[in-house]
Amino acid sequence: MQEPRNLLPYWLSTPAALAMLAFVALPLVLTLSLSLYPFVPSTGVGEGLTAANYADIAKDEYFHTIFARTFGMALLVTALCVLIGVPEAYVLSRLSSRWRAVSMVVVLGPLLISVVVRTLGWAVLLGNEGVINKSLMALGLITEPIKMMFTFTGVVVALVHVLVPFMVLAVWASLQKVDPATEDAAESLGAGLPTVLTRIVFPQVIPGVLSGGLIVFALAASAFATPAIIGGRRLKVVPTTIYDEFLGNLNWPLGAALAVVLVIVVLAVSLGMNRFVERRWKQVFQ
Amino acid sequence: MAFLELHGLVKRYGDFTAVADCELSVSQGEFVCLLGPSGCGKTTTLQMVAGFTPPSAGRILLDGKDITDVKPNQRGLGIVFQSYALFPHMTVADNVAFGLEMRGVAAAERSKRVADTLELVHLTPLAGRYPRELSGGQRQRVAMARALVIQPPVLLLDEPMGALDAKLREEMQIELRALQHRVGITTIMVTHDQAEAMTLADRVVLMNKGRIEQIGRPFEMYEQPNGRFSSTFLGKANLFEGRHEGGAVLVGSAQLPCPAGAPLGLVDYIVRPEKVNFASTDALLRGRVAARVFLGNYWLFQVDTPLGTLQVTQANVGMPAVAEGDEVGLAWAGEHARAVARGA
Repeated sequence: MQEPRNLLPYWLSTPAALAMLAFVALPLVLTLSLSLYPFVPSTGVGEGLTAANYADIAKDEYFHTIFARTFGMALLVTALCVLIGVPEAYVLSRLSSRWRAVSMVVVLGPLLISVVVRTLGWAVLLGNEGVINKSLMALGLITEPIKMMFTFTGVVVALVHVLVPFMVLAVWASLQKVDPATEDAAESLGAGLPTVLTRIVFPQVIPGVLSGGLIVFALAASAFATPAIIGGRRLKVVPTTIYDEFLGNLNWPLGAALAVVLVIVVLAVSLGMNRFVERRWKQVFQ
Repeated sequence: MAFLELHGLVKRYGDFTAVADCELSVSQGEFVCLLGPSGCGKTTTLQMVAGFTPPSAGRILLDGKDITDVKPNQRGLGIVFQSYALFPHMTVADNVAFGLEMRGVAAAERSKRVADTLELVHLTPLAGRYPRELSGGQRQRVAMARALVIQPPVLLLDEPMGALDAKLREEMQIELRALQHRVGITTIMVTHDQAEAMTLADRVVLMNKGRIEQIGRPFEMYEQPNGRFSSTFLGKANLFEGRHEGGAVLVGSAQLPCPAGAPLGLVDYIVRPEKVNFASTDALLRGRVAARVFLGNYWLFQVDTPLGTLQVTQANVGMPAVAEGDEVGLAWAGEHARAVARGA
């Protein structure tokens, strides 16, 4: 005799599944199909199926540079977020509960502000006539303004600022599972603080570093507003290029093809990273 | 010759005194248990010896040297934590090797000492496993090996059996005792389990509310508790408030015998359940058996008497003659009872 299957969980998850299908899966499929149409300058989207858009991306040096810049930037931002976010999360976990609450608000602050406002804030700081250059010149430390707007460095700084909270939250969650006695144990065996942090604490929060890293990497690679405002037209990344293809050149199929390649590369890098880290440190992932 | 000495050790948290004026000296090779209910200050005392908690006052001397202000990573003591605190990302062998690595022991020497120590705790076949692949008892032995491999002058154990089930706990207690004798290391263990303390310790330090109540060998302490707390925390006890008027203790209307040399005046009168016998003649007290419970190796009787309910135990040597509801007489010898001045 078979137990009657309980169907309630399936019914309960149906609305969410439908919403996912309508708002995530469908647009992706449409984008994919759009990327396979030819581009006709007079009418826009042409007739028939073609791989010409992908061939363009594969052949053109221009796109290679943009992809290399985008993923180089995303990797650098991820690395910086690890360097800043992990110690920050550790310090947070050591604070008394009152200071922790205050510090959490400070850490999450960047996420509470609209992306445009925040980015324009960075523009005010980084510009040639901006706060940083003006003060450095007033102090006599420099005579010429340092170029920070429309540079790679500027974009990286602004992205790290907004993405660090994701790393802090992920590592923080991992730190909650670490037995604080392991630090005492290491200390009793003769380890100093630097050794405790690098050999005992950090390896145990690898799962948090990984999930934080994946979020930061995906968000950095697909960020639009920050590279658009701080990087401008001279420092194009894939998302701003897609925008220009769609709305500037009206070449929708090429824009769609760029979007598809971006999604695939982000997915591939994330899955690869996930796989590698889970294998390398498999003992800390239960 | 005292090897580890605690002099006037105090720990205060604001207005709360966790440990008050702790005075203790431990000889080399001795096994001392800090025993008491939770919140009695035993763990705080251990934490101060380990160096994780700075004392508010007092000194800690190890082999004549003052280590009160020495950092935990310089004290070189072996510590087994309640949670074992094994490093989950390292194998058993790496866990054990960590302390040697921190001491800069060369690789060849290190692997030899790790192998020897794993041998000592019977874990050689598991050297390549990770902590989560081990049972509770095995984890505890890894924690022991990790603490012992650095050849510490003193081994500190914080409720090492707390996470084990009852049967395994008994096995590990006997194993721990044998190991401690073999290695001959000075050991301080914290526990709230009086049976564990009696099994393992050369001397028991009984603590309550931040103070040391009594220090003594397990048998002494069980037989001669110095007060109400000692008698009831360590084993079971029947306790009455009475007046010693020379010759006998007057409790209510009953005259109870007491050993020679008991203090006069108001006393707590203590008699252990296993010292009480059923007597048809010469009964000190008469009562009615309210409950009879079989506990495996012995029977426990609750007897309602004019002085209150008494506990009586008898070894299990067959079905007892006394049943629930029976009227019985109770008797015991004066030298098996104890009278201590009230308020002690």
